[in-house]
Amino acid sequence: MAIKESISNIQSLDTPPQSRRTLVHIAQVILRDPLALLSTIIIIVFFFVAVFAYQLAPFPEQGAGKSNPATAMLDPSPEHPIGTDRLGRDMLSRIIIASRPALVVPIVVVFLAVIIGAPLGAIAGYKGGWLDEVIMRITDLFLAFPFLLLAMSIATALGRGLDKAAIALIVSWWPWYTRLTRSIAASLSQRYFVMAARSIGVRDSVIILRHILPNCISPILVQATIDLGLVILAMGGLAFLGLGTQPPAPDWGLMVSDGRTFIFKQWWLSTYPGLAIFIVVLAFNLLGDTLRDVFDPRQYR
Amino acid sequence: MPNPIIVAKDIVKEFQLPGGWLSRKKHSIRAVDQVSFDVSRGEVFGLVGESGCGKSTLGLMLLRLLDITSGSLFFNSIDLTRLTSAELRQLRRQMQIVFQNPNSSLSPRLKVLDIVAEPLRTHHIAPEKQMREQVLLLLDQVGLGKQHLDRFPHEMSGGQYQRVAIARALALNPSLIVLDEPTSALDVSVQAQIINLLVDLQQKLNLTFIFISHDLNVVQHISDRIGVMYLGKLVEIGKSEEVFMQPLHPYTKALLASIPQPKIGKDKELKTLKGQIPSVANPPSGCRFHTRCPSVISKCKLSEPELIAVSIDRFVACHLVVE
Repeated sequence: MAIKESISNIQSLDTPPQSRRTLVHIAQVILRDPLALLSTIIIIVFFFVAVFAYQLAPFPEQGAGKSNPATAMLDPSPEHPIGTDRLGRDMLSRIIIASRPALVVPIVVVFLAVIIGAPLGAIAGYKGGWLDEVIMRITDLFLAFPFLLLAMSIATALGRGLDKAAIALIVSWWPWYTRLTRSIAASLSQRYFVMAARSIGVRDSVIILRHILPNCISPILVQATIDLGLVILAMGGLAFLGLGTQPPAPDWGLMVSDGRTFIFKQWWLSTYPGLAIFIVVLAFNLLGDTLRDVFDPRQYR
Repeated sequence: MPNPIIVAKDIVKEFQLPGGWLSRKKHSIRAVDQVSFDVSRGEVFGLVGESGCGKSTLGLMLLRLLDITSGSLFFNSIDLTRLTSAELRQLRRQMQIVFQNPNSSLSPRLKVLDIVAEPLRTHHIAPEKQMREQVLLLLDQVGLGKQHLDRFPHEMSGGQYQRVAIARALALNPSLIVLDEPTSALDVSVQAQIINLLVDLQQKLNLTFIFISHDLNVVQHISDRIGVMYLGKLVEIGKSEEVFMQPLHPYTKALLASIPQPKIGKDKELKTLKGQIPSVANPPSGCRFHTRCPSVISKCKLSEPELIAVSIDRFVACHLVVE
């Protein structure tokens, strides 16, 4: 058995690959890519501003909606760096306070859309057959409408208000996650480790929870990051049409809408809230792209 | 045959291909076509053939991981085709599978502990308190230790990876294990280690193996009997040494002639089969091998040869041999 021994002596050939911790890896990629770094910093600043909005805003009450006719329509000045609106409220404070709903609403909307959409997609993709057909035809029903039109109709039916707009967004957003998750789940269900679980006798429900969904997380996380920005955009759209946040509460979309009458003389009224939307949405998009590269460079490109 | 663990009779697997949107006709391919064979308890049955010949599909069917289109399949005298899914789940304790390596057979987000514990948990074999010890015992059987318990699959080498897959298959104390190309993705030295491990386990635990591989050397080394598959059909079955010493079917002969032998000088060329493997979707008429067979006769193109016993435990499907 000399051969056997000599074979077991060359164990070193069979060495495990270097392990990579995901979080460390994400940090490395972000630090290496200037755009990713910039977007991360923007998002961190955005979180910080949203959390400490009332401490940071120079005029918190005005920011929250209290009008002050004495200072209406002021040009930018040291006291009001980007001017005041037609009800005399400090624009900077308004933008800062409005960062709170702009942070909270997208997180709630995307989170609930994932919670509803992903499990349905996993079931459809793993089980296939008639269940797959039923679930996917229902999503088709939602996806057949232009997204904003659907959200608008639902928001209109529910009535005005930020909470109703959020519900409208969730209802029209979850099918996208069902689609995404279904496509991943369908390919996972052919993988050997899922077959192995079946050969052990694991129940389908457990296979979906333990083997399918955890392996769908990375692409869902990427999509969710990008969607955080898109929900801000959609919220802005609804508010612009008067369906989302109701005055006097601050909202970036609403501010753009309010300021557009004065766009030629007091251009800052619409421009700065628009810029806030633009920067935050762009940052979420860039971060989403970076995460996509981190999780799987081959998957999408 | 004494005490068969698997009795397969005329089993068929058809896959439906989506037809064009204009054509009403549905296309289907027969990946496994009327295959019959027995496997007796405690033996190692090797299945060989070129890639795409249906040997892996057959392996999955034997465990009912794929549904059987037609034919009958008995496991320990239990008709596998008539079980409810709950009964099947219970029966799964007795039959397990080890897949080919390529980083796909272990769930990437579970630790080794949870991967090997999954069968124990699923069938409530060990209480949660003793889980670590139980898993450790299983890992010990395959030559892994405590230090591997908390690793993720991507932190392991190919050999370790396959050992974990074997440990998981052993966890339920099965009587039958299907090994689907368990070593083909490994380095040669690691391959030998895994083969030795499998042989040891098979003898120690009196397991029945169905060993699927395209590596004839490995199959010869490990198998008691082998079956040779070509385009979804079994063309020859026999004792391992008999088939290798004296192949009867022209396809088996060609396969064996294509194994590189160290004794042959460099000037002597390896005999290789000419021509492409025909498509399973459109198999040749008559004998499926006639398009590539070196000794083809006119009858081969017309009628398909049956798998016929030529001596005890020896079956061949070839017109030339029977006549």
